[in-house]
Amino acid sequence: MLKDVTIGQYYPTGSVIHKLDPRTKILFTTAFVVMLFFLNNLWGYLATFLILATITLLSKIPVGYIIRGIKGLVLIIMLTVVLNLFMTPGTTIATLGPLSVTLEGLKVATYMALRLIFLVVGTSIMTLTTSPIDLTDGMEWCMRFIPFVRRYAHELAMMMSIALRFIPTLMEETERIMKAQKARGANFETGSIISRAKNLIPILIPLFISAFRRADELATAMEARCYRGGENRTRMKQLAFEFRDHASLVLMVMMIVGLYLTTMINIPLGFPI
Amino acid sequence: MSVEIKNLSHTYSEGSPFEFRALKDISITIENGSFIGIIGHTGSGKSTLIQHLNGLLTPTSGTVLVDGKDIFETKKSELIQLRHHVGLVFQYPEHQLFEETVQKDVGFGPKNQGLSEDEIDQRVRQSIKMVGLDFDAIKDKSPFELSGGQMRRVAIAGVLAMEPSVLILDEPTAGLDPRGREEILAQIKSLHTQKQITVVLVSHSMEDIGKMVDKILVINEGEVVFFDTPNRVFTEISTLESIGLAVPQVTYLMRRLKEKYPEIREDIFTVEAAKKEILKVIRG
Ligand SMILES: Nc1ncnc2c1ncn2[C@@H]1O[C@H](COP(=O)(O)OP(=O)(O)OP(=O)(O)O)[C@@H](O)[C@H]1O
Ligand SMILES: [Mg+2]
Repeated sequence: MLKDVTIGQYYPTGSVIHKLDPRTKILFTTAFVVMLFFLNNLWGYLATFLILATITLLSKIPVGYIIRGIKGLVLIIMLTVVLNLFMTPGTTIATLGPLSVTLEGLKVATYMALRLIFLVVGTSIMTLTTSPIDLTDGMEWCMRFIPFVRRYAHELAMMMSIALRFIPTLMEETERIMKAQKARGANFETGSIISRAKNLIPILIPLFISAFRRADELATAMEARCYRGGENRTRMKQLAFEFRDHASLVLMVMMIVGLYLTTMINIPLGFPI
Repeated sequence: MSVEIKNLSHTYSEGSPFEFRALKDISITIENGSFIGIIGHTGSGKSTLIQHLNGLLTPTSGTVLVDGKDIFETKKSELIQLRHHVGLVFQYPEHQLFEETVQKDVGFGPKNQGLSEDEIDQRVRQSIKMVGLDFDAIKDKSPFELSGGQMRRVAIAGVLAMEPSVLILDEPTAGLDPRGREEILAQIKSLHTQKQITVVLVSHSMEDIGKMVDKILVINEGEVVFFDTPNRVFTEISTLESIGLAVPQVTYLMRRLKEKYPEIREDIFTVEAAKKEILKVIRG
């Protein structure tokens, strides 16, 4: 049910990608996402696909598991494709009633779909291979380089890691409350939209109450252990770049240069797009 | 209603790295009108098992028959009907309260059953009284201003108000004071004897289980270890201890007494029975 949402979930396999420093992965992913927007021909997309495929294989995460994560986005991708197909002006290649598909539309739609899929797969590989705690540690370090945000880096990272930590708990809780109300004859599966919306009340109220209670208890527990924010705070686990991180950063620079070079290739692939 | 569990297995998060086999090939029959106790170490799968009995969890393999009918072969609407007859009180049921007043909250189940206002009112009164609360004093209070123990009782009343013919309770007395435990257990027992409903009670208290049930189901790591009368189960002391359980305190006492009085019986697990036996032996 709710647990089948794979985006943002950690999938431990102990691979070399998992062992990379979170900062390396954040930088790499950022560079990857930025480069996606420079791509302008199929050579670039082909290269990106090869890079993603290599990383996926190295991460040892089952491909099916990553694909399941895209499933949730099928609707958005379809919508983008359909809109671009019909809305881009240019040479018409087919008509469908009042709508016409253009060659340019086909091109833009394909690129958009590929870009969205690569974006999702690329970022999910980062979250699948990095535990939430490591991820926020990495983010905290990265935020130190952003002016204005730097002062609140620790607090923001702390909030983020608490939020991430509680997502599965809240999902579990939702499922439990839902089951308890079902046991009392509540019906979430059939009926009109309005009656179904009304049926959410018996879930939402206990859920909110328990979320507030948890937040309150957590705050008290943190206070009882003298937590007082980022100043002078030391870490038990220090982040440290290793050889594999330096190597990855070199590969990252090569990726940026390589992908940039593909935008200059002018050899057609055999078909018009 | 009789409940038959057939080769039931349940695996959580199947196909992910967090896959966990919580139940392994469980087959037992709970006869109509019987009182069953379930014991097992923390994480042995007790809560998982009972959630299959009213179709809240779907088995990975195997099935459950209620009155001979396969509940996972039926339509969704029939499953919802089934839940009116198989009442389940969750572990920590106080977390499910949501209405503005106690009266409305207890009436949630009967309302879902589609009963008339009068009937609902009647059921709510009765069940609140059954769990030892004062209806008039508590009916207009918000469930959230009650004490933990009172919330627990209100939540149990919410299931009793549906008048199920099979009542399943997951550790209903955990965290209650001794008097509250006695009261609630006594009510369950009297419901069982008066209305002949089938009861399944999950508990960590060997005393309660020994005192109340006809048959005990012992599970360990998702497998059935014993399914037998308290008499038989509580003689398997070493097996029970090896899976992190124990027998009632008085049974240990009787065992020690046996070293001194070889004629004393040791298959005893209630204080009353122990008293009788000790007096009998001492008085000759
Ligand atoms: N939603 C879930 N997802 C994954 N694993 C679960 C889930 N619910 C329970 N488990 C696991 O299944 C096993 C059995 O859990 P269950 O709640 O049935 O135990 P229990 O016997 O009721 O324990 P307790 O006495 O602590 O209530 C546990 O090891 C638990 O970690
Ligand atoms: Mg349990």
